[in-house]
Amino acid sequence: MKIFEVPGYAAISETGFIFLGNTGETFNLNEIGKEIYELIKKKKPYDEIVSEIMNNYDSDQLTVERDLDDFINQLKSFGLVTEK
Amino acid sequence: MKIAVTGLNATDNPGPGVPVIRSLKEGGLPELQIIGLVYDSLEPGIYMDGLADKHYLIPYPSAGLEPLMEWLGYINSIEKIDMIIPTLDSELYAFVKLAPKLKALGIKTFLPSADQLNIRGKDKLFNFCKAEGINVPKNILAATLQDIYRVTSELSLPAVVKGIFYEAYIANNLEETSSYFRKIANKWGYPIIIQEYIRGTEYNVVALGDGNGGMTGAVPMKKLYITDKGKGWAGVSIQEPALLRISEKVISSIKWKGGMELEFMRSETTGEFYLLEINPRFPAWVYLAVGAGQNLPSAMVRMALGEEVQPFRDYKVGKMFVRCSWDILADITKLEQISTLGVI
Repeated sequence: MKIFEVPGYAAISETGFIFLGNTGETFNLNEIGKEIYELIKKKKPYDEIVSEIMNNYDSDQLTVERDLDDFINQLKSFGLVTEK
Repeated sequence: MKIAVTGLNATDNPGPGVPVIRSLKEGGLPELQIIGLVYDSLEPGIYMDGLADKHYLIPYPSAGLEPLMEWLGYINSIEKIDMIIPTLDSELYAFVKLAPKLKALGIKTFLPSADQLNIRGKDKLFNFCKAEGINVPKNILAATLQDIYRVTSELSLPAVVKGIFYEAYIANNLEETSSYFRKIANKWGYPIIIQEYIRGTEYNVVALGDGNGGMTGAVPMKKLYITDKGKGWAGVSIQEPALLRISEKVISSIKWKGGMELEFMRSETTGEFYLLEINPRFPAWVYLAVGAGQNLPSAMVRMALGEEVQPFRDYKVGKMFVRCSWDILADITKLEQISTLGVI
């Protein structure tokens, strides 16, 4: 079961603005990006995130998984999440 | 108490005088009065209402130590100054040399020795860092145009061409290298430092050394916006233990006394920090440290007065600054007074 983690130095605001305290970098997430990031922050496993997004956005599993993988890879490349 | 501060040139290449004064004014120093010491009658700090209580024109250090000391003695005979804080790289050697004479007049300073100033000089930094195990870009000290050709064999292009006090340019080929060499040499003299270019992100630290090897405080910052002169126009305080560790090592090794700015580049290939420069004074963004919870200029004054100052242990991460360009209106009589009488 894949679980991702938000590092302690990453702070996210209600508007989806992320500040990395260790590098000073900032990022903006859109609504769904923020929703996923909050789920990761709550330590929800990958499968649960997929189901929640499928339910909330009326989308099929394949599409959600493909987009989520792409998004998580971007988050990892910027140091915004790590894989447990 | 009366404190005289230099560097009121709050221009697009700002001196640290204005933020140092702002910091002192918020430092709870008793009956504080500020004397601005200016080199030019158009230094913007003169025209900022409520900043300094009085301003005096002083001669450039290049005019020699005697004229400078003579003026400082004259100003002191009127003002009875308790402390002078020089804030510009180019004047520090002069003030370090004058420190004993100033002390004899009852004027305190909190400055490194000439030897300590030399150790961190742009021309000596490489050897210092190598000896201390700190990552540092390779460099060439160029005294003649001939030295430029060593770039191709000893470094690679692009390279950074730097003046001994100020200015730095990125040169992409030998032609640019020699053009910047001439430009900087004409302005700041020799040697010219040609430094390996480390591609990455720039980080800076403002720190205060107590003169006994202790670091009284330090705040690291990432520049969020950099001007075409390479100056940080916006920045944010960050939490990066590695930067504080290196800063503490530098201060402890040199037994640095006074304010300091350490400039780092985090290599995008290795992720490691390279120490690019050590500036021997507070930077123009020192007020960010005050906002983050460390009033370093004020702590420096207290140490100069002989108070025991406990080192700062913490600061607020995510405090940011943004500079602005703001026109100050003044009557021409202000310019008339400072430029003719030398005092306002």
